[in-house]
Amino acid sequence: MKKLFNYNEADSFVHNLSGVSKLVGFLAMTFTVMLSYDPRVIAFVLVTAVITFRASGIRLRDLRVVIYYISFFVTLNFVMTFLFDPQYGVRLYGSSHVLFTISERYTLTSEQLFYQLTKLSKYAATIPFGLLFFLTTHPSEFAASMNRIGVHYKIAFTVSLTLRYLPDIYAEYQVISKAQQARGLEMSKKQKFGKRVREYLKMIFPLIMSSLDRINNISDAMDLRGFAKHRKRTWYHTRKLSRADILTIIFTLAVFTASILNSIFVNRSRFWNPFL
Amino acid sequence: MGQRPIIEFRDYSFKYFAQSRPTLKNINLRINEGEKVLIIGPSGSGKSTLGNCLNGLIPHSYKGKVEGTLSVAGRDPAAVKIAELSKHIGTVLQDTDGQFVGLSVAEDIVFALENDLVPTPELRRRAEEVAEMVGLEKVLRNSPQEVSGGQKQRTSLGGVLIDDVDILLFDEPLANLDPATGKRAIELIDEIYETTDKTVIIIEHRIEDVLHRRVDRIVLLHEGRIIADMPPHDIIASSLFAEYGIREPLYVTLLKYAGVEVTPEMRPSYIDTIDLESHREQILAWYERTENPAAKPTAEEVLAAADLSFAYTVRPVLEDISFRIGKGEMLAIVGRNGAGKSTLSKLICGFEKGHSGQIRFKGEDALELSIAERASSVGYVMQNPNHMITEHRIFDEIAMGLRLRHAENGEIENRVMKTMKICGLERFREWPISALSYGQKKRVTIASILVLEPEIIILDEPTAGQDYRHYTEIMEFLKELNRTLGITIILITHDMHLMMEYATRSIVLSDARLVADTDSSAVLTDTGIVEKGALKETSIYHIAAGVGIEDPKALVDRFISHEASMREKA
Repeated sequence: MKKLFNYNEADSFVHNLSGVSKLVGFLAMTFTVMLSYDPRVIAFVLVTAVITFRASGIRLRDLRVVIYYISFFVTLNFVMTFLFDPQYGVRLYGSSHVLFTISERYTLTSEQLFYQLTKLSKYAATIPFGLLFFLTTHPSEFAASMNRIGVHYKIAFTVSLTLRYLPDIYAEYQVISKAQQARGLEMSKKQKFGKRVREYLKMIFPLIMSSLDRINNISDAMDLRGFAKHRKRTWYHTRKLSRADILTIIFTLAVFTASILNSIFVNRSRFWNPFL
Repeated sequence: MGQRPIIEFRDYSFKYFAQSRPTLKNINLRINEGEKVLIIGPSGSGKSTLGNCLNGLIPHSYKGKVEGTLSVAGRDPAAVKIAELSKHIGTVLQDTDGQFVGLSVAEDIVFALENDLVPTPELRRRAEEVAEMVGLEKVLRNSPQEVSGGQKQRTSLGGVLIDDVDILLFDEPLANLDPATGKRAIELIDEIYETTDKTVIIIEHRIEDVLHRRVDRIVLLHEGRIIADMPPHDIIASSLFAEYGIREPLYVTLLKYAGVEVTPEMRPSYIDTIDLESHREQILAWYERTENPAAKPTAEEVLAAADLSFAYTVRPVLEDISFRIGKGEMLAIVGRNGAGKSTLSKLICGFEKGHSGQIRFKGEDALELSIAERASSVGYVMQNPNHMITEHRIFDEIAMGLRLRHAENGEIENRVMKTMKICGLERFREWPISALSYGQKKRVTIASILVLEPEIIILDEPTAGQDYRHYTEIMEFLKELNRTLGITIILITHDMHLMMEYATRSIVLSDARLVADTDSSAVLTDTGIVEKGALKETSIYHIAAGVGIEDPKALVDRFISHEASMREKA
């Protein structure tokens, strides 16, 4: 778990951006792609994603595990979409150009293929931004950034505390689980599913109890140092917005706005229909 | 520094709403500006509650009924907010991990200032300033998972020093630290005390360790009442410690064994204030007439490691570890946090895999054995019993391992009853586990392992956070199991008393390597090993040096066997 999402410290254009502009950029790009089925828009974001990724200097090789996971789920999604609703593209674009037929239900049309490829490229365009945000933002800056864009600092700080304690709780879970296995609790796949769930629940109980203790302790420590004294607070880990930050925010918001305008005035729908 | 009181309790009582009787009863206590006071007492004596009254957690976070008056730095804690009080009294809590609220050392140090709306550049400057004061300049950017227990504590200390408080309150500052780090913590507290005009209050039950540096007064609490409030020499010379189940410094015990009458005039609180010269004859005479205990014959091997190495990433956690443990031994594995102690026990139990070298149970390679299979040779008892307990009834908890192994009902019944008897849990048979005390829960977890009849039990810090009475209770119980059932007991510990008194032999790990494997008394009198293992020489060693006994180990051995025989008589 720790290895999957580790903040990696480096000196690059992306790393040096402030957490706020990265968060805004990440959200703007994600919403742009989420709201649009126009492959031209998606392609533009995808190219931007590839360029930004290159600029960050993060090697794909370090993300192997994450990429395997993502590819697996995206492929699964691709296949399932076809299995569950092979004619969705036809209804969507209002025409049907048959490519080949497997059975009556499973007839592959250009429309379906186009729809599914569009969807696939949406994932391909957003995921890099998500990864980049998590990998290049110092965890401490999350809270400050969220607070900057209007999230209340108590909520922002809770998120940051969760990040702080997750590795500890995970380590504790490991030890608890191993100690129970030593007493004979079978946690492997050999065990029946229902029983396994019940045994997990048993182990979760001490973990919850100790987490509650922990929360009690932290809230004491925070009270003693004046948390929530004022309606605002300052942050050690926050950066002044640089020119690059301002430009990033302007650029990504502009892309987002342009995409919305494109949907409203050009395509008159979230979809771009090449079959008309 | 005048005699102006900075803290004053007057006829003060406190009762938690959840409890039927008051935890603090009729407290009258005055602490003057610039004093350094040690508050001691067994578990449940109310010493932590007293601390929480001072910092305002009582009555703001923990509700209850207050009677009488309390004034802290001229304020009534009940009438002002915790945040305001915290500008005057800074608290370093017991749990070094749990009070770390930042994602890095620097953030944790400036936490209070962030809440005070201090601008970012100023925060950075102040963080560096305070980090220098507590010696953390190099780790400012590190995360809590990357720093040692001692550094975590320094971080918390930095976090309260940043406010320039008048009073520093330490709640069991030694609880999670290895002996060497604990010693440095006491030195650091003293340094800050000496260089500033702050009032320092230390709540602790490890008195000998605190008395490594001077204190002005010792306050003894028992069942919510103040029993004594005396200068340290007076209280050490009194019989109060023995009466109230508090452990006196070992050198004082040794003096008493030697027949020296301990008086306040001897200045017995600190080892360097006692004039050992004038008691040399008595100590030497005792040394001569006490027998050196005979060495135990070596038994057949139950557990061994050969060239054991292990790494999570690239950096080795264990490197070329080899040792042999005989049947019926009771030994300790010691070393600083991160030296590889817990990893070693995890490898033995099979919780971690992927080591090179060999682990053998009774001469057989354990490589192919699963966690559950190893459990019939070796049982693991976690530090916190609450982490192990999953059932509601004691019987079910102990029976769990057998049920999971599909033993027959009759056999389960028999074995559980037998184990309960051994562990002295029979009379709690029908009790819900939640009604048991910490020590009793510990017994239940040991019983739940014992029922599987392992030959070896590994216990992680079995007495952490326990006062002297509970410590003795748990350790005597383990010793009994060791003696009557011949079970090999491996103790993973920081506690030097435990190691000295109950572990005949110690394996010392330092930076992934085994640096010593010998008698505990030899370890604790060897300055080289003491330093590598982040331990502290036992004070008996200093006595030996002080009176000119050539072989300090022999003095320690005699002391331990004398102490054990005294305990048996009692």
